[in-house]
Amino acid sequence: MNTTTTPRLAVSGLHKRFGGLIAVKSLDFNLYPGEILGLIGPNGSGKSTVMQMIMGVVRPTAGQILLDGQDIAGRPTYDIARAGVGIVFQHSRPLRLQTVLENILLGLLPDSLSRLRPPPGAIETARRIGEECGLGEVLDRLPATLPFADLRRMELAKAIARNPSVVLIDEPFAGLTSAEVHDFSALIRRFRDQGRAVMLVDHNVKSIASLADRVLALYLGEKIAEGSSEQVMQDETVRRVYLGGGIETHERPEAEIAAHKVLLQAEDISVFYGKAQALENVSLTVHEGEFVSIVGLNGAGKTSLFNAISGLVPFRGAISWDGAKRAGESAAAIARAGIVQCPETRELFGRLSVAENLELAGQRLPPGERASRLDWLHELFPILRVRGTQESRTLSGGEQQMLAIARSLMLKPRLLILDEPTLGLAPVILGQLSEALSRLRETTDITVLLGEQNVTFALPHADRVYVIEHGRIIWNGTPTRFAAEAGTGYL
Amino acid sequence: MSTIPKSRLAALAVFLIVLALFPLGANGYILGVLTTAFYFAVFAMSWDLLFGYAGEVNFGPTFLIGLGAYGAGMSNALLGLPVPLAIVVGALAAVAGGVALAIPALRLSGPYLGLITLVSVLLLQQAIVIFAGVTGGEIGLSVPDVLSISSAANYEYALAFMLVSGLILFLISRSSLGMILQAAGQDQVAAAALGFNATRHKILAFAVSALFSGLAGAFLVFYLGTASVSAVVDISIGVRVIIAAVLGGRRTIIGGAIGSVFLIVAGELLRPIGQLSTFVVALIALVVIVLFPDGLLGLLPHRRGA
Repeated sequence: MNTTTTPRLAVSGLHKRFGGLIAVKSLDFNLYPGEILGLIGPNGSGKSTVMQMIMGVVRPTAGQILLDGQDIAGRPTYDIARAGVGIVFQHSRPLRLQTVLENILLGLLPDSLSRLRPPPGAIETARRIGEECGLGEVLDRLPATLPFADLRRMELAKAIARNPSVVLIDEPFAGLTSAEVHDFSALIRRFRDQGRAVMLVDHNVKSIASLADRVLALYLGEKIAEGSSEQVMQDETVRRVYLGGGIETHERPEAEIAAHKVLLQAEDISVFYGKAQALENVSLTVHEGEFVSIVGLNGAGKTSLFNAISGLVPFRGAISWDGAKRAGESAAAIARAGIVQCPETRELFGRLSVAENLELAGQRLPPGERASRLDWLHELFPILRVRGTQESRTLSGGEQQMLAIARSLMLKPRLLILDEPTLGLAPVILGQLSEALSRLRETTDITVLLGEQNVTFALPHADRVYVIEHGRIIWNGTPTRFAAEAGTGYL
Repeated sequence: MSTIPKSRLAALAVFLIVLALFPLGANGYILGVLTTAFYFAVFAMSWDLLFGYAGEVNFGPTFLIGLGAYGAGMSNALLGLPVPLAIVVGALAAVAGGVALAIPALRLSGPYLGLITLVSVLLLQQAIVIFAGVTGGEIGLSVPDVLSISSAANYEYALAFMLVSGLILFLISRSSLGMILQAAGQDQVAAAALGFNATRHKILAFAVSALFSGLAGAFLVFYLGTASVSAVVDISIGVRVIIAAVLGGRRTIIGGAIGSVFLIVAGELLRPIGQLSTFVVALIALVVIVLFPDGLLGLLPHRRGA
């Protein structure tokens, strides 16, 4: 692959601290011309921060980023772009009054205050790049009329317009169908064959395995593995991070679960955001008293599914609740019927105290019941009693998450939906949270739907597991069968 | 960058000739109303360049207008500069104000910047009242010279000024520069990732917007013969400028002119109903903005992007 040993991009000692949090810890790696490097890591691993530091969007705390021997670390973004680094952001906001051709042309304009016309030949170049990226048919259309995949192509075209020697692509395949993934892979390979150094940033190895020449895995800001896709997938540390090592599962017998009545039934749920399909014909069953985990990476569609169940986003398909088919109830009515979602963003009232947050949630309960429920919650999460008078925004991340869960429980849910409770939490906190979930499961007959990308956290409590990927359920079964049957697919 | 169909160009030419020949048939009163409307049109078009294209929230267009108006008025009344030179001084004062406003704009955005622009208007207004000795205070500042005493000549000056300003602003908006401005206005990081120093472009947008706002303010002073807070600085004037631009259609430049003429002419037509006229015009504007967010120009069938 690389005939030369001189790296195009040489990163050494790259370090980034946000306040007390170390996002990237003295990272070293090289990116060679004519290779595709995959940078992978779960949420919070620091991969996005690395990409943003290369692009100059985030300033490194320490370290060097040499582009062809020149240190670009800490230089302004426009300077780095002109030095030969192009980026394809995951989300794009095209110029909506301009055609696709003009949007590509934008990438070819000089950064000049006095040039009112595009440089000679630029329009032809833009046309050629557009055609190369498969946009030949739609060059004269407005972005708003394009399908999602074409919008992504347009972003690729913009990124290579300045003929960069390094191309960074954030989640190259998010929101694309498998046929489109194939086309995009071919396009990205062509960038490599043109001699560019390409870096793909994604959550897991699998999605980029067939494309990347080399993969580098990050976890908590540190490099944990580097090598070919196969090597990284076989790596012990990677397997532990993604799959959890030696997880103890506590599932109840299937027959016992099946004896309970079905509480929630979702059939063929599809969710669209504009042109991007977030969920594709997802079906799901939750029995009364069951603990169901939905395992999937960031962007796989977990939150979209939960929002559809909670009536927060429009969807196609049918949802039955407690035996009755749902027909256009408002989100508020759905919540009153017993579905309570604890969102990944927590949505606490930051300036209210812990006690006030809980009290607010208990408004609909009679005073006696409110008091007894509060006592029960304090038993479940003792720290909340200690922190009672503290403003909730001053709590640590883990305490905030416990408060968010407690607040949801205050609403007496029949079904509690927990969306990524572990997001951004330190491993030691996960233990405490996990214990609280165990107690909840053992001492009550609550029904829980847990969405997680952290398998180590999701499996121990679950009776049943669904694996969601690219908006589709690709596996479901018991947690004990997970590692053997779905583990590889999850790496 | 886009080409305009020939048929539309021809229609535009006919329309402009009719406008230029207006003084032959219309009386002084109508010409006066239109003269004011034309200056107002430049206010609205300048605002549209800054907000519609560069995405900078400016709730205080009268800060720039007022600087131009008072800069020109004071240099004529106090220093005795001839009208053309006084207008240049006013325009320069406005550009200086625009660049000064760009400094907070680089740190703040959205509603916070909007608040600063509002405060800048209040500060200017206070300064004018406090230094009443040289500014004329709340009564206003009379200028010894005027552009012309003929309403037809004043009309032609205003028309020519509006057309030239509008053409320049329109060309900028459709040029490479306009595209970069729009990109930076939508997403500064993405624009920087394409190699554009968005800061420089935004400062330029502030300066250009200020230049035309200031020029129009200065011309208006020499048309009215006075510079007064109620005519060129008051917040309510700024609100009308914004309404005019949004009413006509944001991100179009020309929409600002259409909206201004519509607002001012409608206000005059409804004058017989007295105090109610302002209310009715505001109500119409509100309805149009709510029902047609793309403004009056958005109602045209062949507009790109509609």
